[in-house]
Amino acid sequence: MRKKVASSHAIPFWRDIRVLRVVSQILFVTVIAAGIWWLLNNLQTNLKTAGLNISFRFLNNTAGFPISEGLRYDPTNVNGYAFLVGVVNTIRVAVIGIVLATVIGTLVGIARLSNNWLLRKLAALYVETLRNIPLLVVLFFCYFAVMLTALPLVRDSIRLPGFVFLSRRGLYIPSLVPTGSFGTWAWYLIGGLVLATVVYFFRRVQLKRADRPGFPIVWAMPVLLLVVIAGWFLASGNPLSVDVPVLKRFNFEGGMWLSTPFVALVLGLSTYTGAYIAEIVRAGITAVSKGQTEAAKALGLRRTQVLRLVILPQALRVIIPPLTSQYLNLTKNSSLAILIGYYDLMNVATTIFNQTGRAVEMILLVMGSYLSMSLLTSVFMNYYNRRIKLLER
Amino acid sequence: MADDLHTFHSTSNQLPPPSERIPVLRWLKQNLFSSWFNAILTIVAGALIVVLIFGLAKWALGARWEVIPANLKILLVGTYPAEQMWRVWTSLYIIAFLLGLSSGLRSGLIRRISAAAGIASIVLAILPFPWVTRGWTFGVAFAVAVGFGMGYLGKKNRWFKRLEITCWVLSFPIGLVLLNGVGGFLPVIEGRNKWGFVLNLLGAMVGIGLSFPVGVSLALGRRSKLPAIRWVCTAYIELIRGVPLISLLFMASIMLQLLLPASVRPDLVIRAMMTITAFSAAYMAENVRGGLQAIPKGQYEAAYAVGLNGALTTVLIILPQALRAVIPAIVGQFISLFKDTTLFGFIAILELLNISRSILGNLEWRGTIFELYVFIGIIFWILCYSMSYISRRVEKSLGVGER
Repeated sequence: MRKKVASSHAIPFWRDIRVLRVVSQILFVTVIAAGIWWLLNNLQTNLKTAGLNISFRFLNNTAGFPISEGLRYDPTNVNGYAFLVGVVNTIRVAVIGIVLATVIGTLVGIARLSNNWLLRKLAALYVETLRNIPLLVVLFFCYFAVMLTALPLVRDSIRLPGFVFLSRRGLYIPSLVPTGSFGTWAWYLIGGLVLATVVYFFRRVQLKRADRPGFPIVWAMPVLLLVVIAGWFLASGNPLSVDVPVLKRFNFEGGMWLSTPFVALVLGLSTYTGAYIAEIVRAGITAVSKGQTEAAKALGLRRTQVLRLVILPQALRVIIPPLTSQYLNLTKNSSLAILIGYYDLMNVATTIFNQTGRAVEMILLVMGSYLSMSLLTSVFMNYYNRRIKLLER
Repeated sequence: MADDLHTFHSTSNQLPPPSERIPVLRWLKQNLFSSWFNAILTIVAGALIVVLIFGLAKWALGARWEVIPANLKILLVGTYPAEQMWRVWTSLYIIAFLLGLSSGLRSGLIRRISAAAGIASIVLAILPFPWVTRGWTFGVAFAVAVGFGMGYLGKKNRWFKRLEITCWVLSFPIGLVLLNGVGGFLPVIEGRNKWGFVLNLLGAMVGIGLSFPVGVSLALGRRSKLPAIRWVCTAYIELIRGVPLISLLFMASIMLQLLLPASVRPDLVIRAMMTITAFSAAYMAENVRGGLQAIPKGQYEAAYAVGLNGALTTVLIILPQALRAVIPAIVGQFISLFKDTTLFGFIAILELLNISRSILGNLEWRGTIFELYVFIGIIFWILCYSMSYISRRVEKSLGVGER
């Protein structure tokens, strides 16, 4: 009897949430899998009709096209190496761009909060202008209009202080060249780094024991500098010499050459991303409530101390996550290099595709490279974020 | 006591506190010269502004602005045939009319927008363009006015409001068909990838219209309790966000034909729009997810307690609050989608930026590079800035962060 009642009250399976959950997931996965299978099946059929197959062996073939900057490379190198040159070029632009954009962003962000009316408005103008214009327009402007039209020819280069020459052919800067005694000095360099690391951790433990705020780097840095400078004089002769670019008949010789597209790309990316970072910095600083500043002043901290010990640590917590995504954006946006002729990984990949016709493989390589770069950056920034975030008790 | 009463009554005779009038000199001192460091900043910034203004003015006065009016048609509509231009104008009039209609039916922000549209078209009609263009441009203001009149008269009719929403929804496909043409009625226009700024606008509209629902679904999927759905959505979002748009466009231009059967060959423009939608949806999903995370658990529990099921809870309780909280982020994504339409040039679509390069290739207009890029920059600036302005107003009118 009892059994009968229970069965009449049992939920039918089509209304049982436990059954529905499993069934809906199975259905969902089936539909997705069927879609992917359909696409892959098409791919296979299309490749077969075109007489192609998927293989990465073409990476070992001679590339045969020139790349004018980056790692040492010539057209007889293989495709795989050419791609690597592209990856290194992308990283080069991304790193320099990120550093410059952070500097610009921080300065402009602080300027937007300045109590100087004129400066505040100027910073606002900068941010509002750049944030509402497509990056590609900014890049084209930097490359075609500024670099290739407004700048002088190489023989009338603009001379900037410190043997830096700017012209349509790009930027020539002095470079450091290791001399014979570099090997000896390098040992001092390594020794200094090791010693500084030891001092850093020693100081960190010491500060922690004393439960005092402070930066261990303040002790570690002078140690490093001391050892390195001592090494400079103890090694016989200067370990590094400066190679200055000199204008010869047609071009500069010596020094380091940064190509026109490279300069335009770094300029465009860093000013554009700088505008976004400025807003992030501003939002981060305004997020720290005024009471914090007032309380810190009431405790008798100096202005610099208030900024260093109270405002900055709290503002950074707000700033770091969006800053990370801006860094990632900059790295991904550097792929626009292809449109102004800089040999980044996208550009090299497209060139290899045009020469070999390997669409699938090149797309897998490109996406894999960008994904791993994004992943690396976000892993690093997440680690940093975890270190500075609020420890809730 | 009497004294107290007296003082109480006498308050009505009291003058209001003097409003603080800051003399110019004191304002200057407070805002520009409060300390020696501030004074230096002021002088440096002032010098910079003076140099900028003089440089700009000097350049703007000597620039060859005639390149813009001479190529305006190419820039804005590209190779769209001149005898079919009425179709572009008509689609514009439909939007203008609907704007007017809505602003007649409602009040507030929409009125300002339609007023701005009307004034802008009148101002443009005054500029020295060819007379035909000026006539067509003035028509926009006329369409807004007619719409406003109709909306204002039909305000009391509830039936009218429903019609208005239906019209807005229908206007989009009608506009697309009008621009593209249908076999039999309107001649289909070839060379769809060479329509200049129309392509930027269309790309943005299609992208915004499609990526919003897709993004919301992805965000809900990522927060689903069912692991299979969650994993698939998360994988999609992270994959798309990890790669640049240009690599997806590259894929759309060369690999899509490998992934689809030989009989299916989507048009280049459609492929570009699909790509930008797929790209933008992933970012949209992350923005919406931010809003979803801000909803306290009590909202779900309360909704279940009053007997709403999962779908109704999401649609009626959670999404309205979540979306309202992230309006700036969503509009920011719309803006960057609009800006990203300039990347269509990478796959041989002649949108505004790419078509300007073909003008520069013309010997007659060689060296007008600054003029063209400044013009393009200004167009984008005006539209993007208006979008962010509207989003700020909407946010304010919805009272975000005031409760």
